[in-house]
Amino acid sequence: MTEKLVIIGNGMAPGRMLEHLLESAPGRYKVTIFNAEPRVNYDRIMLSPVLSGEKDYEQIIIHGDGWYVRNDITLYKGHRIEAIDREARTVTSAEGVTESYDKLVIATGSLPIILPVPGHDLAGVLSYRDLDDVNAMLLAAQSRTEAVVIGGGLLGLEAAAGLQAQGMNVTVVHLMPSLMERQLDPAAGYLLQKALEERGIKVLTKANTKAIHGAGKVEAVELADGTIIPASLVVMAAGIRPNAALARDAGLAVNRGIVVDQGMRTSDPAIFALGECAEVGGHVYGLVAPLYEMGRIAAARLADDETADFVHNDTPTKLKVTGIDVYSVGDFADGDDREEIVLRDAAAGIYKRVVLKDDRIVGTVLFGEVGDGAWFNDLKKKAANVSSMRDTLIFGQAYQGGSTFDPKAAVDALPGDAEICGCNGICKSRIVDTIKAKGLTSLDDVRAHTKASASCGSCTGLVEQLMELTLGDTYNRTAVQPMCGCTALGHDEVRRLIKAKSLKTVPAVMQELEWKTSCGCAKCRPALNYYLVCDWPDEYADDYQSRFVNERVHANIQKDGTFSVVPRMWGGVTSAAELRAIADVVDKFAIPTVKVTGGQRIDMLGIRKEDLPAVWADLGKAGFVSGHAYAKGLRTVKTCVGTDWCRFGTQDSTGFGIRIEKFMWGSWTPAKVKMAVSGCPRNCAEATCKDVGVICVDSGYEIHFAGAAGLDIKGTEVLGLVRTEDEALEHIAALVQMYREQGRYLERIYKWAKRVGIDEVRRQILHNGETRRAYFDRFVFSQKFAQVDPWSERVSGKDKHEFRPLAAVGFSEAAE
Amino acid sequence: MSWIAIGSLDDIPVRGARCVNTPLGRIAVFRTAEDQVFAIEDHCPHKGGPLSQGIVHGTSVTCPLHNWVISLETGKALGADEGQTRTHPVKVEDRRLFIALERSAKAA
Ligand code: SRM
Ligand SMILES: Cc1cc2nc3c(=O)[nH]c(=O)nc-3n(C[C@H](O)[C@H](O)[C@H](O)COP(=O)(O)OP(=O)(O)OC[C@H]3O[C@@H](n4cnc5c(N)ncnc54)[C@H](O)[C@@H]3O)c2cc1C
Ligand code: SF4
Ligand code: FES
Repeated sequence: MTEKLVIIGNGMAPGRMLEHLLESAPGRYKVTIFNAEPRVNYDRIMLSPVLSGEKDYEQIIIHGDGWYVRNDITLYKGHRIEAIDREARTVTSAEGVTESYDKLVIATGSLPIILPVPGHDLAGVLSYRDLDDVNAMLLAAQSRTEAVVIGGGLLGLEAAAGLQAQGMNVTVVHLMPSLMERQLDPAAGYLLQKALEERGIKVLTKANTKAIHGAGKVEAVELADGTIIPASLVVMAAGIRPNAALARDAGLAVNRGIVVDQGMRTSDPAIFALGECAEVGGHVYGLVAPLYEMGRIAAARLADDETADFVHNDTPTKLKVTGIDVYSVGDFADGDDREEIVLRDAAAGIYKRVVLKDDRIVGTVLFGEVGDGAWFNDLKKKAANVSSMRDTLIFGQAYQGGSTFDPKAAVDALPGDAEICGCNGICKSRIVDTIKAKGLTSLDDVRAHTKASASCGSCTGLVEQLMELTLGDTYNRTAVQPMCGCTALGHDEVRRLIKAKSLKTVPAVMQELEWKTSCGCAKCRPALNYYLVCDWPDEYADDYQSRFVNERVHANIQKDGTFSVVPRMWGGVTSAAELRAIADVVDKFAIPTVKVTGGQRIDMLGIRKEDLPAVWADLGKAGFVSGHAYAKGLRTVKTCVGTDWCRFGTQDSTGFGIRIEKFMWGSWTPAKVKMAVSGCPRNCAEATCKDVGVICVDSGYEIHFAGAAGLDIKGTEVLGLVRTEDEALEHIAALVQMYREQGRYLERIYKWAKRVGIDEVRRQILHNGETRRAYFDRFVFSQKFAQVDPWSERVSGKDKHEFRPLAAVGFSEAAE
Repeated sequence: MSWIAIGSLDDIPVRGARCVNTPLGRIAVFRTAEDQVFAIEDHCPHKGGPLSQGIVHGTSVTCPLHNWVISLETGKALGADEGQTRTHPVKVEDRRLFIALERSAKAA
């Protein structure tokens, strides 16, 4: 009989429990999960890299949607459980769903502690716990400049570093005299503070927050000593508290956390608890290693293995701030019965301290050079007597037995049972054996099969060294991010191979590059279609079924399934005749909304798909062509009035903008391209936040590129100054062609330019006339095939099927 | 069950869809790369997006509005997304397409 297993909370602990359970007792339970967060199980540890911009959400998902389907698990996203009825054995969500259980698992995690100071509920005061918090911080970082982080522990410092990476001025306010005082001794805390201050993060210790000020939203933080720190964003990272209210309300035994026995059972034998909300043997935990162990124990117990017991172990702490290496484990308090060995190298910023009791290691703190952390921890775990190597112990493993220092040799010398991945408790031999047994060749494979380096990632270097040792030269470290689940290849590799192997159709690419799916997915197909359009403009037949609906039907789909139509208004200039034609179309088709866009033209919204060709026909008669408002292609070229009218205008900015738009419209690009031309440095066309912008000056045309003003805000980089309009046009077209050939699908110019380097773009486009002209010529060639108005094509019958229903039927036809 | 002729297989692009207007609402008829044909309501279980406008891959379609992936075989949202769109019987004979409409048709 399958029993019903209900899980409250979909965090890292129950996720791991399910993996074990599906392996040991497949089919035993019908699993239902309720998660207050509206999403799948992701790697919470990796929120800091998402905040700093080193990763995105997609990359930190642990179980994607497909995993739940494959395992027949029902996941209620965004459902908070409000009550447990132990009598009836049911749980009920705030959304009103009631589910009965045979076994219940509570895994509600922790709640961030919000200091109850005045102003703690102002807008702009955030905690740091989930993806929503990160998104809110990212949003705030776009428009705000001053951030205060309250709390100088692990979370607070990661938040501070992330916000700083996003361009904010950050101050960390910490109550205690030194940072991370629970994990670091004062010496390491001091070095850490120095390292943060060197990067421009301000740190105030012994600082007690008294109040947060602001009218409606936060404006400043006030400390007990009267100091006022201006702030437009405050992150409270003052600690966490087990989220046990639900269990308490249900009458379960709760102390600091939900009290469980060594088998993760609560005071009700049908109910288990695990993760940060659980308290076992008097401990509550806040790092994943012990939580994963709880997951393993709970899974074993759910599969009727009554022998599995949870045992307490110290978990090493690492700080995931790029460039600052910190490691600590165990107990490092001073004591009469303890000895310590310390190594400092001030110039190199290194501090190491090992604390011994009875010739055995009980604690380790490392700063600046943490490579030996695993080795020290291994000795500590085994309670090895270190008296024989006391003199050289602090120099690390490489100095034992006289070998010279080589990180690979050090890893090689580790015993098989040395722990490599602390989060997942994976030892060296397990990794090496799995690589050999399964023939693994990539880091992703090793992560998938062993879980090593799959959580916080700080052991990635060690795992890669093990791979190099095991695989020799065949292992290539710089493995790339694949395009999507259909292939192991990255965008750049695919683009290179399309050229190298002369692949000219989507099926040819999929066949030759060994796609794992029969016809791709909604991620890779549009990308491949673009690469082929770009690389073989004269030969490739555009595959409309691989295009997103907007580009297939040449209009923008709206939320109700109708479409919007935006005709080109070259350079933002229009006329009475054009406006009249638009007015007539609006009347004739009863178009509900007409709006001036942010791109200097007019949008007609709410048009039925069937009406599109007729709308276009009328617009076409007035001379309009498609504005490609839907395209990964050239959108608008905004202009200002320039020398025609403006008393400050230095060049014909309007005329040049129109010339660029007429020259470049219709070209497909990796992501949308927006341009602007301003007649003088007052810059009324906002050219300095566009993909490509021109600022006219007396001596010519200053060409800008790589700006952004959407999801990110970024001022442009200057390509250079050229004298004539013709030269400017050549530079701009060449630049766009370079981007067309190198950009990854959906990568805007500013991201591409950052990847290849601004100087590299300047070198190829500004300084090297030959490469510039070659790009320019290729652009001109491809425009021969691209500058066809898609609307008039469809008015004259192309893709008719798109705009008409296949048939209309009634019941009468069915009733014979 | 009575079958109604709605056109030819060739009227639908490979990896594409066309719609049929019926008293039961708009039904999207899909054709996959392998020439399998499926008929489902043109209404995404998420927020009613027109599934006929999505990208077809394997026997699924990705909704154009927010990228839910819907199984053409069952009408169910794949992944952790919850929901189901009504499916309708459809058959191909000599490349001609037939659909069956049942007033009481339930989600298959
Ligand atoms: C209509 C318009 C808003 C308006 O009423 O003014 C608009 C409407 C949409 N924008 Fe925009 N954007 C419009 C100007 C802008 C601008 C301002 C500009 O172009 O000067 C920006 C910031 C500049 C930039 O792009 O960097 C802008 C940044 C975005 C973004 C963020 C892009 C990014 O990479 O940062 C998106 C999302 C995306 O493309 O993925 C977006 C996406 C959209 C979409 C296509 C959303 C969608 O997928 O359905 C909207 C389509 C509505 C429609 O059917 O017409 N829109 N959008 C503007 C059309 C301009 C035009 O004439 O073509
Ligand atoms: C920014 C950050 C960085 C971190 N870095 C590290 C690190 O480097 N190393 C490390 O070991 N650990 C780190 N941690 C800690 C680690 O992420 C947590 O210990 C771990 O995720 C806790 O797992 P859990 O399953 O107990 O709870 P969680 O992952 O918090 O999951 C609990 C889930 O339950 C849901 N929930 C709560 N109440 C209900 C309810 N009533 N009904 C339904 N659902 C509910 C919540 O929405 C939440 O999604 C970090 C944490 C953060 C926030
Ligand atoms: S800002 Fe752009 S994408 Fe957002 S709602 Fe407005 S038009 Fe749509
Ligand atoms: S309406 Fe289909 S995904 Fe939102």
